[in-house]
Amino acid sequence: MVTEELTLNIGPSHPSTHGVCRLLVRLDGEIVTHVEPIIGHLHRGIEKMAENRTYLQVVPLTDRLDYVGSMYANWAYCRAVERLAGIRVPERAEYIRVIVCELQRIASHMMGIGSSAADTGATSAFLYAFAQRDLVIDLFEELCGARLTYNYVRPGGVSFDLPDGWVERCRAFTAQHPKAMLEIDGFFFGNAIARARLKGVGVLDPDAAVAWGVSGPSARGSGVDWDLRRDDPYSVYPRFDFDVPIGSNGDAFDRARVRLWECIESCRIIDQALDQLEPGPIMADGLPRLLAPRPGDAYDHIESARGSLGVYLVSDGSPRPYRMKVRSPAFCNLAVLPLIAVGHTLSDLLVILGSLDPVFGEVDR
Amino acid sequence: MSSLLLGILWGVAGVLVIAGGAVIGVWWERKVAGHIQLRYGPQQIGPAGSLQMLADVPKLLFKEDIVPSGADRPLFKWAPLMAFAPVAAAMAVIPFAAGWAPFDTSVGVLFFLAVPSLEVVAILVAAWAQRNSYAAIGGLRAASQMIAYEVPRTLAVAPLVLLAGSLRPTEVVAAWRWWWLPLLAIAFVVYLIASIAEMNRGPFDLPEAESELVAGYFADYSGMRWAIFMMAEYGAVITASLFAAATFLGAGWPFSGALGVVALVVKTSVLVTIVMWTKWTLPRVRQDQLLRFCWVVLVPATLVQLAIVGVVLPWM
Repeated sequence: MVTEELTLNIGPSHPSTHGVCRLLVRLDGEIVTHVEPIIGHLHRGIEKMAENRTYLQVVPLTDRLDYVGSMYANWAYCRAVERLAGIRVPERAEYIRVIVCELQRIASHMMGIGSSAADTGATSAFLYAFAQRDLVIDLFEELCGARLTYNYVRPGGVSFDLPDGWVERCRAFTAQHPKAMLEIDGFFFGNAIARARLKGVGVLDPDAAVAWGVSGPSARGSGVDWDLRRDDPYSVYPRFDFDVPIGSNGDAFDRARVRLWECIESCRIIDQALDQLEPGPIMADGLPRLLAPRPGDAYDHIESARGSLGVYLVSDGSPRPYRMKVRSPAFCNLAVLPLIAVGHTLSDLLVILGSLDPVFGEVDR
Repeated sequence: MSSLLLGILWGVAGVLVIAGGAVIGVWWERKVAGHIQLRYGPQQIGPAGSLQMLADVPKLLFKEDIVPSGADRPLFKWAPLMAFAPVAAAMAVIPFAAGWAPFDTSVGVLFFLAVPSLEVVAILVAAWAQRNSYAAIGGLRAASQMIAYEVPRTLAVAPLVLLAGSLRPTEVVAAWRWWWLPLLAIAFVVYLIASIAEMNRGPFDLPEAESELVAGYFADYSGMRWAIFMMAEYGAVITASLFAAATFLGAGWPFSGALGVVALVVKTSVLVTIVMWTKWTLPRVRQDQLLRFCWVVLVPATLVQLAIVGVVLPWM
């Protein structure tokens, strides 16, 4: 009998590519023998565009990087600008940034867990996760009027103070969220079919994770105990007591489940931050209308929902960045896909892709 | 001549029952799925959205009927009907009431098991005719799955035939006693699972796995041709549930006459709801897990059931 390999183009528009990604796949029956992510379908040249805008005008561009977690890119960029221009951020603004970014982590992980569920066909578990995501988005909408691209964290602080009653509504959210997570843990991660689909699939060993620059939950699922919030502390994170959940097997199951536990830890951080939050200014004093940092460069990174998100800025003394470069965790995490997906079935390939939780706005930039 | 006329009449009636069942089934499934997923489902048209399909069916009718340029036109056009016909034919041998089936034949049970499996041919034809890789993979998955699950499904029905001593569905219904329920529990569960796999529904909906194959073997179908595929799927759900309600659950028992028909409809609806509930609760299995589950769990379970019935049979 003569058999032939089947070349299949998955995407760029496909229900499971989680954005605009094309996977060039060669199949031997159902087994994947070759997979190549072809990126660039969502390239908008954000880094180049930044060179023609003032420092403040770049913030909305960073919203479009990781559009599932816009707050992170806002914050990473603003930290680089603040480092470059030597701006001191008021304490209240730092607390608010931590709160919104931990909320953002929850919203983003709901997408990650939800897509792991949807990829395995559990549409109901997907919607349970999305119901939680929607609660966070409602809080954000109250805060800054936007539901997806917030443009909230600005160089020097944040754009709006917390509205009346927001703290209570945020506490109400963190009070119910861990229960909802345990519910999803029970009925999705506890389900025999889900376990059979996710366990042992797409195993990434810790050495490879480090070698390929994988970071965030995708690396922690393999047992790489690395979290910038704890290991390279920034902002007010050293004042909080939280754990960094890690997995042991490095499979799709551990990667998804690490995200679930991180959400519960995020609730702990938010509660502590709300307790310590004190009145004060939300924007640094004496900022010029037009920021023009002295010539030099600065790099800063934060722990986004996808991993180490870094922004490198070069200034030539003009009011526009001379060069911006984003170290995108989604891009590095996606690179590892061929390594861990070859040899699995077509069904598993998309589960593995979903478990890496890429966002193509950030991959393609 | 008159028998031909009667046959045509029954055929039309069967198609109408399936079409009506599909219309109600789609609405009901959307409600069930909605409530499982913290939503309401259709609400706007008619009470509780029950007239939603009045809007959806014309929409499907007026949609453009697209035939992909590389497709094998005649096969592409005929495949939906080839999928629908066996399901409608299977309707003919179902014993709706004690001693009555539209087409009461001495090999009715065999007919019911054999004819709907012809759907696999239609699915392969549809998959091949589209000249689309996703459809081809979906079609091949469907073929392997449907052929594999034929085995436990047939073996699950075998104990019924043994107990009744007949392949005539009406005689199976007549011989049915309430204690068959506990005795045939394994066979009933296996039949239900194998039927779900046979009709390609979740958690065994690999041939049309949305997250992998977009829509599987009907990826390139649109409008009414797509709707006929969906109708065949709903028809398979309804006929399989009707057959189970009539044979495993004793048709009209504990009532007779008109109330018996009501009881049959209620039992069928419960089974259809279980099928939907399963789909919207469980993740999808993988192809190798699907086949292993068939051969390692379901087939041995039916053999155990056959052995149990074999022990009981001499005492009857």
